[in-house]
Amino acid sequence: MLSRVAERLYWTARYLERAENTSRLVRVFSNLMLDLPRGVGVNWRQLVDISGAPEQFDSSYRSSGERNVIKFMLSDPDNSGSLITCLSMARENMRTTRDLVPSEGWEHVNELYLYAKKKLAGKNLARDRYELLSDIVMRCQQITGLLAGTMSHGAAYQFVRVGRNLERADMTTRLIDVGSATIIGPGIEQERLENRLWTYVLRSLSAHQMYRQYVRRRVLPNQVLAFLLQDTDFPRAVAHTLGEIASCFNNGLPHNDEPLRAVLRLQRLIAEANINELHAEGLHDFIDNLQLELGKLHQLISASWFSLELDTAV
Amino acid sequence: MEIDWKNYEPGEFYDEMISTPGNPRLASRAVANYLQKLSSKQLGRRQNAADLAITEMGVTFTVYSEGENIDRTWPFDIIPRIIPQQEWSHIEEGLTQRMTALNMFIHDLYNEQNIIKDGIVPEKLIAGSKSFLPQCIGASPRYDTWAHICGSDLVRDSDGIIYVLEDNLRVPSGVSYMIENRGITKRVFPELFRKHRIQPVDDYPSHLFDMLASLSPRPLDYPEIVVMTPGIYNSAYFEHSFLAQQMGVELVEGCDMIVSDDDCVYMKTIDGLQRVDVIYRRVNDEFLDPEAFQSDSMLGVSGLMRAWRAGNVALANAPGAGVADDKVVYTYVPAIIKYYLDQDPIIPNVPSYRCDDKEQRDYVLANMASLVVKPANESGGYGMLVGPHSTAAERKKFASLVKRNPRNYIAQPTLKLSTAPTICGQHVEPRHLDLRPFILQSDRTYVTAGGLTRVALRKGSLVVNSSQGGGSKDTWIVDTRGK
Repeated sequence: MLSRVAERLYWTARYLERAENTSRLVRVFSNLMLDLPRGVGVNWRQLVDISGAPEQFDSSYRSSGERNVIKFMLSDPDNSGSLITCLSMARENMRTTRDLVPSEGWEHVNELYLYAKKKLAGKNLARDRYELLSDIVMRCQQITGLLAGTMSHGAAYQFVRVGRNLERADMTTRLIDVGSATIIGPGIEQERLENRLWTYVLRSLSAHQMYRQYVRRRVLPNQVLAFLLQDTDFPRAVAHTLGEIASCFNNGLPHNDEPLRAVLRLQRLIAEANINELHAEGLHDFIDNLQLELGKLHQLISASWFSLELDTAV
Repeated sequence: MEIDWKNYEPGEFYDEMISTPGNPRLASRAVANYLQKLSSKQLGRRQNAADLAITEMGVTFTVYSEGENIDRTWPFDIIPRIIPQQEWSHIEEGLTQRMTALNMFIHDLYNEQNIIKDGIVPEKLIAGSKSFLPQCIGASPRYDTWAHICGSDLVRDSDGIIYVLEDNLRVPSGVSYMIENRGITKRVFPELFRKHRIQPVDDYPSHLFDMLASLSPRPLDYPEIVVMTPGIYNSAYFEHSFLAQQMGVELVEGCDMIVSDDDCVYMKTIDGLQRVDVIYRRVNDEFLDPEAFQSDSMLGVSGLMRAWRAGNVALANAPGAGVADDKVVYTYVPAIIKYYLDQDPIIPNVPSYRCDDKEQRDYVLANMASLVVKPANESGGYGMLVGPHSTAAERKKFASLVKRNPRNYIAQPTLKLSTAPTICGQHVEPRHLDLRPFILQSDRTYVTAGGLTRVALRKGSLVVNSSQGGGSKDTWIVDTRGK
């Protein structure tokens, strides 16, 4: 299989997953802003920080009010992480690999992009936002299901899976960072607020119900953390996504040693984390480190399969 | 739209199916009678079934406009164009003869140039040719064959004779439509295939594969063959991807390959670099190799010409093969056949006037209104003057173009292209058409059974190109012996 094709499939999956996750994030953050009292340290600016592109935001916008932040996150074509950019990139990558993907895959991605483009340019975006974001989440899920159900699970599909899971791990860690970045002092009232915040984090990942089945008690910050980091069954928990990635690597991808070692390292890091201590302090640094490791994993994937040098002749 | 052949009027043109109103030709008789029995509703239903099949099969050509890529379906007419087997065998022989001579000609031009020394073609013909590549001088591709895949355009004039209108030796396209058209007709008229002995066309990809494999520089059971495309925005991308899939080989772009210090070509795969033996390239000469052609092409591979000259990779068609696809060279093809094979051409050329000859030029300038004037090096019907359909201003402009650069122009009488019945809205009317068979040549020659029939859907129009309102028909080679 050609490296270019593998790379484009990987990025198709990453961008689709990122589009879905950005939609989830904005949807849940909008709700959070409506529900939390002022002065608890949650503001629109944080959404920009979570997205990982504060410098880019500051270079194009003067204030970080709702309007600007939403525009930046959803419809700004200059923001490489905005919803519309993700969908357009997914479409471009899919278009150039469509011989390998069931034709409905391309058609759905194309329609999704056209739909989002039209809606985001619409006059009633503020009113329709919730509906639009829910639609995007649903349609991305549809595409993921379509590929899982109609594409042969050979090497091409493994790259789709790797892309999706790596992007998912990235977003879950970012969302955990929302919790960690919100400094809430001691006291019963504060504790209640913090619990509400973590509930939102769970909801944004559609994880609330699964968490309740898993923990069988009310939302407690350290339990949520353990669930989102260490649970191997919930599809958006970091441990699960890493397991998926490792299984892709072992599923017929050649010379996989280095990327596989990086996943094992990440898995160990997660498994050995002391959640109670982390919750008390150091969570942000821990997440930062995780993200760095995920970035390294991407580089190893790229070096092993996408960007070849002359000395790798077989 | 019920069909009654008595009301079908081919006029002064040769019609492929109906000789005179009410009288179908022998090979077409069964189909004509069958169509006449269909009710208007049934006929409409068949056409709808064909349109649906085309959409479902995703048969498209690409039009790039306004920054958006549009895949258009190519109009398809369900009434097949039928050629009797006996006539086709003759054409097949003629095409084989023509390709053999042209390949000898190209090889000679890049090596000894005997044909020039013997005074058959003038030296200035080569000196003035844009398609003669100095980078190819002295090269010796396997079997001395340069043009491996050719799509010659054949037309029939009102005298019933089939002529070669041009030879496409660069990157001819359309063969995928030929195959898909057959698939559609089989879905639409399955009963006709039971009754007729129609030669199949879907074995083309396997012949293409075998031909490409025979070019491999390494004696391997499974040489690494690839189809090289300029990419998704090329109008023939559908065909590139179709052929790669049908042959089971990789569809690559220039950026997927590199030439290493050993002058071998490698493609970048997830398993590492993999040596490539044969490249069926659908990229034009000038974009193949930025190193050899001093271009800033992003479509090519640096060093590709080096690897080809070293004999480490086969390119089909070989670079420089386009030199024989020049309209002025075309006028010499009968002499070329005579020179190399000592035979008379089996399929005639359309009579042509060379504008670099004073006497012929004067004739062209005096008779522009009845002639077709063509530039030597364009394809797709561009830059051409169709005399009878031209304005005085256009003729004046062309006269000055011809005078300024006579080497670059030829002229031909305006042909009365043959017609075939075509469904046009609620009626069946004659429409003009041509035929593009595909010829594969290496140590052996293979000619497709029939080819791609292109039809000008606008009434009276002679332009069959897909980009200019053309459509296509399935082409049947039918055995009529014993009828």
